[in-house]
Amino acid sequence: MEVPILKQGAYLMATIQSALSDTDFLKLRDALVSKVGQYRSRGVILDLTAVDVMDSFSTRILRDLSLMIRLRGAEMVVVGIQPEVAFAMVQLNLTLQGVETALDLEEGLTFLNGRVRRTAEETRSRGG
Amino acid sequence: MLETEARANPGDPSAASTDALMRELVAHLREARTQLRQEWARRILEARLLTAMTQEEIFAEATSVYDNYVEALETGTFEALQAYARNLSERIIPRGVETNEVVGIVLLLRDVLARSLFSKYHADFNVLNRILDAYEPAANRIAITVAVGFVQERERTIRDQQEAIRELSTPVLQVRDRLLILPIIGVIDPQRARQLTEQLLRAIRANRAKVVVIDITGVAAMDSHVANHLVQTVEASRLLGATVIVTGLSPEIAQTLVNIGVELSKMSTVGDLQGGIEEAERLLGHKVVPLPEAQEES
Repeated sequence: MEVPILKQGAYLMATIQSALSDTDFLKLRDALVSKVGQYRSRGVILDLTAVDVMDSFSTRILRDLSLMIRLRGAEMVVVGIQPEVAFAMVQLNLTLQGVETALDLEEGLTFLNGRVRRTAEETRSRGG
Repeated sequence: MLETEARANPGDPSAASTDALMRELVAHLREARTQLRQEWARRILEARLLTAMTQEEIFAEATSVYDNYVEALETGTFEALQAYARNLSERIIPRGVETNEVVGIVLLLRDVLARSLFSKYHADFNVLNRILDAYEPAANRIAITVAVGFVQERERTIRDQQEAIRELSTPVLQVRDRLLILPIIGVIDPQRARQLTEQLLRAIRANRAKVVVIDITGVAAMDSHVANHLVQTVEASRLLGATVIVTGLSPEIAQTLVNIGVELSKMSTVGDLQGGIEEAERLLGHKVVPLPEAQEES
């Protein structure tokens, strides 16, 4: 099952349906990293609203994805983790350390806008 | 029709006559109902039991108990008595009636009825023996049924009260837009900690909170399990995009957290609730400013 990746201005959005196989997850990771370069995106929003279970594999892929996206000059934010899923995750010590999170799409966009703006200011102040 | 569990062994040759004895016994208890009930009520008052109830109430309940008692003796089945015992308990527990009182009155009734059987059958020792052989197991079974029914009802009440207290003590309060406060008071056990976390996560989503202040001023002590629960709550909240500030750590709890090596980098803490709210407002980008002086109104 392929996860559709939508372009929203300077950002990419992907909504993960539940029951994504490990292979599909890896394909999504590769697709996102590739498209960030292709569209010169500044941010990626990954929507997990429909996901009802997260395991150590998917958590690791998300962490890798976040780092890879950052290396490509963009910022990733994960949104929509459900309360029950969050609870289960922390009990298994799957804390998504180092990955930015926000409550929902709106918050995710607010976060990315803020980041992008700050990065632009820093670049300007450095005289770049 | 009179198949009962309280009977003598089925193989017992005198089983049939036990049935007959039981019938006779029950008939006698029904006949002497009024005076035996009165005797019993008198003994209850004398023993200073059921002090939480008025005399009229005691007499009314005594009537029901007596009739249910005799019926249990007659039918040898105890479901009706069990249901009655639970119903009675439900009514009298809120009045403050204690277990020893309930057991006490049932045993008094057993004694009153036994004495009545003594006086009726004392002439023939053999008959008296067989009457008591039939009566005693049933009477004991009745006492146990009523006592157990009462205790079970008490335990149910206690559980309900504990649940109510638990829910009372963990309100999640919205104090500003996007800011939640969770004041925790009392003892946190693992079950309560879990309930707290679930409640908080649901509230974060419902209120779209960005900052949560968890105040533990009212928590006296914390063990490593609960401390880890707290860390988990902080981490889970982060997954929902909310920052958690913990306030009100007592010196003892601070010591505990350091001793058990809780990763304090995962938790943002401020000394007291006031400081925590100020920090939260700062994170939300709010500033509190005094109002300009109001115009003098003539």
